[in-house]
Amino acid sequence: MKYYSYFPGCSAESTGLGLGLSTKAIAKPLGFELVEIEDWNCCGSTPYGSLDEEEAIVVAARNLALAEKMGFDLVTPCSSCYVTLSRANGHLREHPRMLARVNEALAVAGLSYRGSLRVRLLVDVLVNDITPEVIAARLKKPLRGVRVAPYYGCQMVRPRYGLDDTEQPQTLDRLVASTGAEAVDFPLKARCCGGSLTLSEEDSVLHLMHKLLRSAAAGGAQCLVTPCPLCQTNLDAYQYRVNARFKTDFKIPVLFISQLIGMALDIDARSLGMFTNIVPPRELLDYVYRDYFTTNRVKT
Amino acid sequence: MVSFLNEVRSTPGGEHILACIQCGTCTGSCPMAAFMEYPPRKIIAMIRAGMRDEVLSSNSMWFCLSCYTCTARCPKGVKPTDLAHALESLASRHGFTIGGTRTPSMYRSFVDSIRANGRVHELGMMTRYYLSLTPDLLAHPVATLKIALLALKLFTRKRLPMMSHRIKGRNDLSRIIQKFREARGTS
Repeated sequence: MKYYSYFPGCSAESTGLGLGLSTKAIAKPLGFELVEIEDWNCCGSTPYGSLDEEEAIVVAARNLALAEKMGFDLVTPCSSCYVTLSRANGHLREHPRMLARVNEALAVAGLSYRGSLRVRLLVDVLVNDITPEVIAARLKKPLRGVRVAPYYGCQMVRPRYGLDDTEQPQTLDRLVASTGAEAVDFPLKARCCGGSLTLSEEDSVLHLMHKLLRSAAAGGAQCLVTPCPLCQTNLDAYQYRVNARFKTDFKIPVLFISQLIGMALDIDARSLGMFTNIVPPRELLDYVYRDYFTTNRVKT
Repeated sequence: MVSFLNEVRSTPGGEHILACIQCGTCTGSCPMAAFMEYPPRKIIAMIRAGMRDEVLSSNSMWFCLSCYTCTARCPKGVKPTDLAHALESLASRHGFTIGGTRTPSMYRSFVDSIRANGRVHELGMMTRYYLSLTPDLLAHPVATLKIALLALKLFTRKRLPMMSHRIKGRNDLSRIIQKFREARGTS
């Protein structure tokens, strides 16, 4: 059994509930244990860094200090938390004076950070520690014939914390393939969905989602999968807004990669948070949970 | 008096600005360049020309999606995304008001939620943010209704919990932040 310090991130308990539920659900069956960091706080977040870059690092540092004490690698399922925590971690390692000042502040709460923690994304753990081969070997319901567009979004593949090629990444493709599903050609798989600006500048970012959905549909995808709760919320909750604006008729469910893997492991739909989708993944649920056409499913 | 260039260089994220060769790869890669008053390449040139007020009061950095495409493609390692964050930090720290974008007030609502709870309470943060836009929302009732509908869809799927989760160590967190500010010399 492999152990990790688990950092869910705020979204995993609200807008990205499906991510939090499915991450916990697949851990045991795949042979790893997530020990939640006690009383973790927000990762620091992109908005915080935008208003006060240094203070955001301090906010992140409390988590790093709490996790370092536990002695395992820190794992988060959220792409944004991953980048924020990694960036703070890197900055503290490279700037001893900043680390000293942060430690002075942390000492107020009896904490300190040495800079020895490794921050990792769940996808990294699944691909490099668990490996797609082991996932494939543990499948109970291979998702044969299901066509999936692997959507990386921007955070997980960007330097310096990218786990993969920035323009043509492959890690999610490999995870999708490990479930027995087919990863379709999706040229825009590492382009931005609009991030948090959907809240403040919806008119300026809807076209980004439109392009993504069009690209995924052109590849024949039945669903998108992503590790990122913000990408999922944007593409799922705003899909009908894209349809209204661009006169399209997309009904493409957007799942988390952990949900897709969970379905192939035959974990029940509720535990994976499949009820949280706004564009319901009906076809997929029929297929996986009712033995609809278990074998030789051919999509017309 | 510190020059604007050095002010930017000493802010985390602004360190690499002198490496820029003005090739324009950042602007060409940016999905939001068309919405910015000054696209990334131009902003860098303006910083080096010392145009402090023009840069810090522009909407440019507030349209950055933090997608890091420019950073991935920059041949000189300038990291324009981190630079955008540095400019946002400077603009907010020095009280520049920015017209034509709601992003700063959205970010403020977000950060307020973190400072109050230790974590982001999305429903609370959205409520605070939309309240700050009240005059604007009242002027566009149909659009406002549509936003409420979207929130309701998330709410009925348990994706916007009513209650905020306040961490036990939120006082610790405030004291840590306070101590850091004192050491840095800001409040």
